[in-house]
Amino acid sequence: MNEISHLDHEALSELQEVMEDEFEILISTFLQDSSERIQHLHQALESEAADDFSKAAHSLKGSSINIGATVLGERCKVAENAGRAGQLSPDQVVAIEEEFTLVEAQLKAYLKHH
Amino acid sequence: MSVEPALTILIAEDNNSDRLILQTIVRKQGHRVITARDGMEAVEQFRLQRPQLVLLDVLMPRMDGMEAARHIKAMAGEELVPIIFLTSLSDAESLAECLAVGGDDFLSKPYNRVILQAKINAFNRMRDMHQTLQRQRDHIRERNRQLLHEHELARRVFDNIAHQGCLNADNIRHIISPMSIFNGDVLFASPKPSGGMHVFLGDFTGHGLPAAIGAMPAAEIFYGMTSKGFTIAEILREMNRKLQGILPKGLFCCGAMLDLNLHTGHVEVWNGGLPDGYLLRNNGQWEKLRSRHLPLGVLPPERFSAACERYEAAVGERVLFCSDGILESYNARGEMFGEERFTTIIESSDSAEQVFDRLAAAIDDFSGDVDSEDDLTLVEVTMAREELLDDLSRRLGSSVLTGPSSWRCHYALRDNTLAQFNPVPLLLHICMDVPGLRLFSGQIFTILTELFNNALDHGILQLPSSLKDSPRGFTRYYNEREKRLKTVVGHSVSITLDHQADGHSGGRLLITVEDSGRGFDYSAFDTVNLDHNQLAGRGIGLLQQLCHGLHWYGNGNRVEAEFRWALPTASSASIGSESKDE
Repeated sequence: MNEISHLDHEALSELQEVMEDEFEILISTFLQDSSERIQHLHQALESEAADDFSKAAHSLKGSSINIGATVLGERCKVAENAGRAGQLSPDQVVAIEEEFTLVEAQLKAYLKHH
Repeated sequence: MSVEPALTILIAEDNNSDRLILQTIVRKQGHRVITARDGMEAVEQFRLQRPQLVLLDVLMPRMDGMEAARHIKAMAGEELVPIIFLTSLSDAESLAECLAVGGDDFLSKPYNRVILQAKINAFNRMRDMHQTLQRQRDHIRERNRQLLHEHELARRVFDNIAHQGCLNADNIRHIISPMSIFNGDVLFASPKPSGGMHVFLGDFTGHGLPAAIGAMPAAEIFYGMTSKGFTIAEILREMNRKLQGILPKGLFCCGAMLDLNLHTGHVEVWNGGLPDGYLLRNNGQWEKLRSRHLPLGVLPPERFSAACERYEAAVGERVLFCSDGILESYNARGEMFGEERFTTIIESSDSAEQVFDRLAAAIDDFSGDVDSEDDLTLVEVTMAREELLDDLSRRLGSSVLTGPSSWRCHYALRDNTLAQFNPVPLLLHICMDVPGLRLFSGQIFTILTELFNNALDHGILQLPSSLKDSPRGFTRYYNEREKRLKTVVGHSVSITLDHQADGHSGGRLLITVEDSGRGFDYSAFDTVNLDHNQLAGRGIGLLQQLCHGLHWYGNGNRVEAEFRWALPTASSASIGSESKDE
């Protein structure tokens, strides 16, 4: 598995430089918020609330892009657009969850090494 | 690199990790950070803490960024509070809407601290500029308000000074259209103590305050000197001297002055730089009163000429003057009113009386709604019967009934003072201190003037009065007088005034004038009753009319004139003043 395709290390190291001691807090905040949003996505999917679905995907997209999780951001964008179009599908959530699991593992690994 | 000052910045972002990143970046740049998790919180924080710059996420729960931006901009009012939208939106329509609701810029994810810093600094400069602009605008607004207020006050003072005369006399008609709060044009009119009146129309270069400043001393001199009995030439010389001294280069006063002598039916005209005036005859003919001089305030006193042109004018004949604003006014088609229109109206009028009204109407029609670029002033002065001025001059006097009533004073002028100084206003002033005598200032002025002129012109300068028989002779007479005045040496004129009260309401003024000349054969004058309308002959007919006794002594170089006076009864005086008020 190629790490670089899931996490933008350059962006991450820049973030780390900016955040200094708070970098860890940022990562844990991101991880916690993201799992909450993924829960929102599930709920919205179940209740077929397209607008909520799209908003949750949008929000997760934003923070993913900021943290350097570009692939996760891309997948969120797909979900967001689907939500706008009213074409919700469990596949979109699954794709996000899979990618998130990878990002989570890699972020934790990154924290250990840096 | 310059250090940018710290700002208070509000960050509204519902996404915890994004907010954490932003707030860390902004804080590290030295600013104070306030945070909000949604639009409602953002509006509330703005209200409480008045941050100077706002970073707003577009999509937030409870109230989105666009709605919050509207509230914040409304609360900021005139103050510039830049709002930068935080967005991962990319469609053009959404971005445009952000700006439409009052956003000033975007910042897209992922956040770049270099770009963010640059934007914050740029907006801070804009905010500074906006504040400076507003401070200056407020300052200008306040200054302007003050200025208008001061203008208003100054205008009241100015109006009091400029319009205290007799512009409302029955023989004067005028229109004045001020272009600004202060008119560049001035119009003065005042009765003379000797009867008749002085009228002055002036057009100062420029408008507003600079023009008004010159008008103030001009008005003071005109009214002050006229009421003290100074001649038109003396007044013009003084106005020129004063204006030349106080006005900066390039600022001067084009003007025309009239001396209307109702008693002799003459008008003397001085025109310095105004458009041609017109003398309208009762028979339909007219003469131009051309400018023969430079405007007032241009030439130094020694080069200034107050030489007037003298015209006979019958009752009903009139003089017209206008400022160049009238001739140079434009209509909607860009045409100038011009002198030709002016003369056409004069030519085509059936009587002199019509001209003024027809001109006024034509000027009004001509410019229509076009705003005049200059001041438009038109004045008409009509030769009237002497009685017109009776109540005007009565108004000047009858103030207090205390003052010197028994006194004697001796005043003598020697050598070249005779050529340079007219003692009549000073002597008149002394006489006017006598309670009640002020009502007779016209007669006394005339007596003093005639006696002094006789002593100087005929007694000392030996000018033959026969010269004055024709209008042409007048000019020769005055030229000759100027010439001889320059060579006066070793001569003197002495004047003695002696006043004795006669009860509380009358008295006797004895005026004795003695000159160092050769004298003349006065035997004829002591006995013969002369034709009063004859101008020449030392004005002796006039003196005999005014005085109760007129006697020559010695070689004829000492003359004594006795003037007896009594106050008019209370009833006749009050009738006079009532009719004035109507």
